[in-house]
Amino acid sequence: MVDAAFGENAVPRPRAAARRQGLRKALRRKSTTAFLMTLPLILLILFLVVYPGIYSVHLATLNKSMQRFVGFGNFEFLFKRDTFWLVVKQSCIFAITAVVFKALIGFIVAHFVHNIPAKGQRKWRGMLLVPWVIPPAMSTLAWLWLFDPSYSAFNYTLASFGIGPIPWTGDAAWARFSVILVNVWYGAPFFMIMYLASLKSVPEQLYEAAAIDGANWWQRIWYVTLPMMRNIIAITTLFSLIVTFANFDIVRILTAGGPLDKTHIFATWAFRVGIEGSDIPLGASVSLFMVPILAVAAIFILRDVNKRGNES
Amino acid sequence: MSTLTVDKAGPTRNVKYGSMSRDRAWALRWSYFFLTLFAIFSLVPPFYMLITSLKGSAEISAATNPWWVFHPTLENYVGLLKSNQFLRFFFNSAMVSIIVVIITMLISIPAAFALSRMKFWGSATLATGVFLTYLIPDSLLFIPLFKMFALIGDVTGIQLINRWYVLLFIYPTLTVPFCTWIMIGYFASIPKELDEAAIIDGASWLQTLTRIFIPVALPGLIAATIFAFTVSWAQFLYPLVFTTSADQLVLPVGIVTTLIKGDVFNWGQIMTGALLGAAPPLIIYAFLMDYYIAGLTAGATKG
Repeated sequence: MVDAAFGENAVPRPRAAARRQGLRKALRRKSTTAFLMTLPLILLILFLVVYPGIYSVHLATLNKSMQRFVGFGNFEFLFKRDTFWLVVKQSCIFAITAVVFKALIGFIVAHFVHNIPAKGQRKWRGMLLVPWVIPPAMSTLAWLWLFDPSYSAFNYTLASFGIGPIPWTGDAAWARFSVILVNVWYGAPFFMIMYLASLKSVPEQLYEAAAIDGANWWQRIWYVTLPMMRNIIAITTLFSLIVTFANFDIVRILTAGGPLDKTHIFATWAFRVGIEGSDIPLGASVSLFMVPILAVAAIFILRDVNKRGNES
Repeated sequence: MSTLTVDKAGPTRNVKYGSMSRDRAWALRWSYFFLTLFAIFSLVPPFYMLITSLKGSAEISAATNPWWVFHPTLENYVGLLKSNQFLRFFFNSAMVSIIVVIITMLISIPAAFALSRMKFWGSATLATGVFLTYLIPDSLLFIPLFKMFALIGDVTGIQLINRWYVLLFIYPTLTVPFCTWIMIGYFASIPKELDEAAIIDGASWLQTLTRIFIPVALPGLIAATIFAFTVSWAQFLYPLVFTTSADQLVLPVGIVTTLIKGDVFNWGQIMTGALLGAAPPLIIYAFLMDYYIAGLTAGATKG
């Protein structure tokens, strides 16, 4: 249709006018076309994300056999259970500790990689990013084997230093340490690569100016690098907080919540209660407790993203 | 390895001032030292997977040094590759991932194009919505989705639960928002003059997309493809919830649920399976690392 306006038929009219009309026509059709192009995306979001989200709230108000409306009954039940508060505590410990260590390690490693000559960076970056590339379910199995109670490679190595066997996944405190360790191992490369990208975007002149002014290494990091990276640090940390808080694979495979539910986080406990215990409403209620924290993090990220969008 | 690289890299920095160069040389040595430590930390589990996969079961339970293979054997690989079950998992994983990548591209390329170029009513809201969807984790939606698909089975008689293809409906909720989001970023970086010229020359929107945007934004598309593939390949929670029969499982769930029988852990086979399961993403990444990193950094930051 648009082509027709430009084609042979348009010859009688002055060319410029025809072109303008064609453009206007194209613009009028634009919104329809655009809508059709985004329609699959809209349907996907509506039916497979928004609707399940709302449905989850509805499910959370039903009783176990899903025939009776119980209002806030499931939530009242959860509040009275010690396991629930254990899960809340463990989720917070897990997410906050893991994210802090991931961010620290990522920041430090990014600096080291940035420090070495550009020629060798690719090789190091490749090796350091491997944990992020392996599917977490697969690599957690390797960790499980490294932590194995009787044939643990870690305990074998520690024994040669005279350090006694450590019950990596058998003891509550060690199990908490182990799940966090594996999560840090898996997630630190993500921070490393994000920080490296933003380090590269800091203009070299700023460091030269700081060096001429007599700034030492620490001052250069504090007054030049950190302010320039602030946005990336904030957005990466918040994003990782969401992902870590909602983590499932690592805890599920490594400890399955044990010993004595001490390492359950929201996702694994929701699975245990909702799917394995077939109390779907209660499981839905458990996973809904992630929403407030995710929402707060999302609001901050969104503010940051919009700010960036307005600047450009 | 560290000493070798230090020696080589020491003098390569161009040096102007005496004391500063000595500082730099030391900083460099420390960098290599700590990078080596971190690289060892990163590579221990995959290395241990490889080591264990080459051991026979006698050696695994022997009290010898676990960090070395004394009698390498391929029996674990032969055993797994001969078992129909493992090949079935691999096939299911490959099918799901490839089809999901295609679905994802079909949905997100036109959507990203429309959202980045054709401002229409509600387009800004929709872009924000896509971003928010990308932040919603799988562990929030698996219970309502499970119930929804169970209900579809009850009402229409079309059984979707416990069929591998149910994952084709579910995975796009993870891949499409992400891919759309990074492609909006890539498309936005294409100069406006390019498509305006095409429209004035009489190209339709679809032609503009296929003839100009897709070729120009090809690196972005590759990054998105790799992502969609790795996300689908690695997904664990949804297949664990939606599939239970041994012939419907995908690789990660298959290895976890069938190779671990009660308290008996056949570690040689488990590690071999895990290594083979990690292989496709690792191979893709070995060849396309730069696209992968570009996608990683663009996805979380570029607006």
